[in-house]
Amino acid sequence: MASVTVPVEHGSGEPGLGDLSTIDHGHETNTGISNTKLAMWLFLGSECLLFGGLITTYLIYKTPLPGQLGPQDGLFDIPFTSVSSFVLLMSSLTMVLSHSALEKGDYYRCRVWLGATALLGSLFISGQIYEFTAFVREGLGFTSSRFSSAFYVLTGFHGVHVTVGIIMLISTLLLSVRGKLPKEKAETLEIVGLYWHFVDVVWVIIFVVIYLIPEGVPA
Amino acid sequence: MAVDDTAPLALSAGELPRTDALGVFTRPRPKAGWRGWVTTVDHKKVGIMYGAAALVFFLVGGFEALLIRAQLWAPRQTLLSADQYNQVYTMHGTTMVFLVVMPIGAAFANYLMPLQIGARDVAFPRINAFSFWAFLFGGLFLNTSWIFGGGADGGWFMYAPNSGVIYSASHGIDFWNLGLIITGIASLTGAVNLITTVINMRAPGMTLMKMPIFTWMTLVTQFLLLFAIPVITAAQFLLMFDRLFDANFFNVQQGANPLLWQHLFWVFGHPEVYLMILPAFGIVSDLLPVYSRKPIFGYTFIVFSGIAIGFMGWGVWAHHMFVSGIGPISVTVFSLTTMFIAVPTGVKILNWTATMVGGKLKFDTPMLFSIGLITMFTIGGLSGVSHSVAPSDTQQTDTYYIVAHFHYVLFGGAFLGFMGGFYFWWPKAFGYMLNEKVGKLNFWLMLIGFNLTFGPMHILGLQGMSRRIYTYDEGFGFTFWNKLATIGAFTLATSVAIFLFNIFYSYKKAKSANLACPDDPWDARTLEWISPNPTPEWNFDPIPVVTRVDDFWYRKYEETSDHRLVRIAATDEVIQRSDGKNVHLPSPSYWPIVTAFGLPIIAYGLIFTLWLCLIGGIITVAGIYGWALEPPDDPDAGHAHDDDHHLDPSDDHSAAELTEGDSAGIDADVVAKEMESVG
Repeated sequence: MASVTVPVEHGSGEPGLGDLSTIDHGHETNTGISNTKLAMWLFLGSECLLFGGLITTYLIYKTPLPGQLGPQDGLFDIPFTSVSSFVLLMSSLTMVLSHSALEKGDYYRCRVWLGATALLGSLFISGQIYEFTAFVREGLGFTSSRFSSAFYVLTGFHGVHVTVGIIMLISTLLLSVRGKLPKEKAETLEIVGLYWHFVDVVWVIIFVVIYLIPEGVPA
Repeated sequence: MAVDDTAPLALSAGELPRTDALGVFTRPRPKAGWRGWVTTVDHKKVGIMYGAAALVFFLVGGFEALLIRAQLWAPRQTLLSADQYNQVYTMHGTTMVFLVVMPIGAAFANYLMPLQIGARDVAFPRINAFSFWAFLFGGLFLNTSWIFGGGADGGWFMYAPNSGVIYSASHGIDFWNLGLIITGIASLTGAVNLITTVINMRAPGMTLMKMPIFTWMTLVTQFLLLFAIPVITAAQFLLMFDRLFDANFFNVQQGANPLLWQHLFWVFGHPEVYLMILPAFGIVSDLLPVYSRKPIFGYTFIVFSGIAIGFMGWGVWAHHMFVSGIGPISVTVFSLTTMFIAVPTGVKILNWTATMVGGKLKFDTPMLFSIGLITMFTIGGLSGVSHSVAPSDTQQTDTYYIVAHFHYVLFGGAFLGFMGGFYFWWPKAFGYMLNEKVGKLNFWLMLIGFNLTFGPMHILGLQGMSRRIYTYDEGFGFTFWNKLATIGAFTLATSVAIFLFNIFYSYKKAKSANLACPDDPWDARTLEWISPNPTPEWNFDPIPVVTRVDDFWYRKYEETSDHRLVRIAATDEVIQRSDGKNVHLPSPSYWPIVTAFGLPIIAYGLIFTLWLCLIGGIITVAGIYGWALEPPDDPDAGHAHDDDHHLDPSDDHSAAELTEGDSAGIDADVVAKEMESVG
């Protein structure tokens, strides 16, 4: 794609002074951080508290009542989930590669890596769906116990976040294919990436809390 | 009306041809009438709509309050059944907290904050409009519970497991849950937007420590919202899963912990208290210096005590739970933190008093309301400190003493502050002054009615009268004080009616006499008054350059070496007069309201039939995509340099920018080229 790559400098040397426009020019804000990026950071800060509430809830309820199906019955297939966690973490790598390609103006690689990110994310979600169905077959329904409710809600919320991320990735990919994601707009991709890395980091915490913390510790 | 709809927008002349391949959606043009309001992204119109909607909900919540007071007029009244009483007080509390005090704070923040920092709009104008519509639809959705089987009946904090299906079989609590999740989305998007605006969009020279205090308190408030809202949202999702999908988060039979809800709720709930009061603190901090003709005493102290309240507000939540059996260590810790948080609040009260000391006080209506806030909030604050003493709190829990306390801080504090703000900024927003005589009557009646209503509740509480009980027996000594409180409540209602009357009366009078609104009626200090009244659509032209706190004041006055004020400029010389022709403003948009409209439909679907969720979901997703694919003639639509699209060389308005940024012409060429190539 032939894109014009003329560097653009804005305004006079003193940012903001005498500026007639309130428009976010990306680098004319008071902080130098663009509005959109700052907003994404703030939103992610807020999301920490949402997941904080859900993770706390899970920690309180992680042992079911005696006699109910739970982690102590070897429910979790840790190797399987480790692989799907690895897949999700690798998607962060491809996300970075995609952004870096876009910054260099390599649109082809940008799209390839972007597609790979979406694909890896989808793979993770498929793994989660498989895991959920396996658990249900083993008798762990959403309403079975306090543990099952907490487990499905926490991992489900994360899954929804990943799904939203995949939709964002695919939308961005479509924009790129239609030539609407030029090098100068690399920040758009970076912001999608911020969200994507965030859901990955949250998964690392969830994976540790749910799968790796030794079972049998009383709540 | 506040906004001149015929004002030329740069776009009408200077827009580029639409090269957007996906640009099948055109953006609406600014219109007069209701369509102008529905599609507006102007922070001033959004602020006014927030205020108007909140006042309507205030009347609803006030009506519910009057029902409560009428029911308690005498022992063994039968106006309301016990069940109805539960619904009425729950909906009263919910409405007043989530649909009145919070949105009035949002109304002031939306209208004033961009003006006070010298911005033309918020960072994301369309998200701003979305926040309002989501709030409105969430509030309306919540109130439709009255026609779908009754309101929520678990108290505004909706303790589990009492809020489970077993104890509350109607859909009231589901409406409460989902309605507040929707208004929570509104608050969250609003918080992201307003924080970004304060941090990123200040006028040249407006450093953080030169911002008006209301803007500071808005910043703190929005941070509190940003972190508090997700916690209640998480809790409400859990409750929703319990009630609608049989999960076990609050199902005691499955070993659920009833304290989980209390902790989650109050981790949100206590910061919530501060985010309701801080905007009012900000308002009086801006009002008092005007009517004392002195700068605020200890600007830095006021700012930092506000920030301190914001931080410490996160460490006191369990003082709502002293009788929940959280253990002696927790009780001690939270007692201490609660005592500590009184310190920054006391600092503020000291600063306000010291601002007035030695000032040339002028007792206009806004000043009266400000003093009302200081005195009434001090009373409420003192009874609040008495709650931090755990043994005493154990006696007060669930009595009318608590009701008295939080009405003194929320009505006597927050609402009186808002009233002062209404009277003070009314000419700024609407271009006419509210009548002073009626205003003073309004104030005194409100003050008397308020104290008559909530003062006796201290006594009732200490006598042992329980909250949330629909009636009482004779012989406990409750009757007299209840009668007094009911008389007070109706006095309060009268004062609200007088306020509404004042709005229409003053408008009629101003219109019939063709009164021109004075541009600086109060001899004000903060930046918003630099634009004429009512605020023109473009706010500032040009953007003012700020040199110090109370910049507007020091454009009018100078301090001599012996600390006397000398007027150096007439009002007319400092007010900006401009036609705003060179200003580019964001275009209106249909999509915020469309996106928000899907949310209550999803919520109805969750309660009644899941098919509706699909319809609501399609509307919301379509709204989001329509939003994203809208032609990017809006600052929050684009990144990098393509948002310089307004620099069309053929348009004379770019000339102004060319003078200050000589690369602008090149920009325009670059943009035009880029549009060809990437389009």
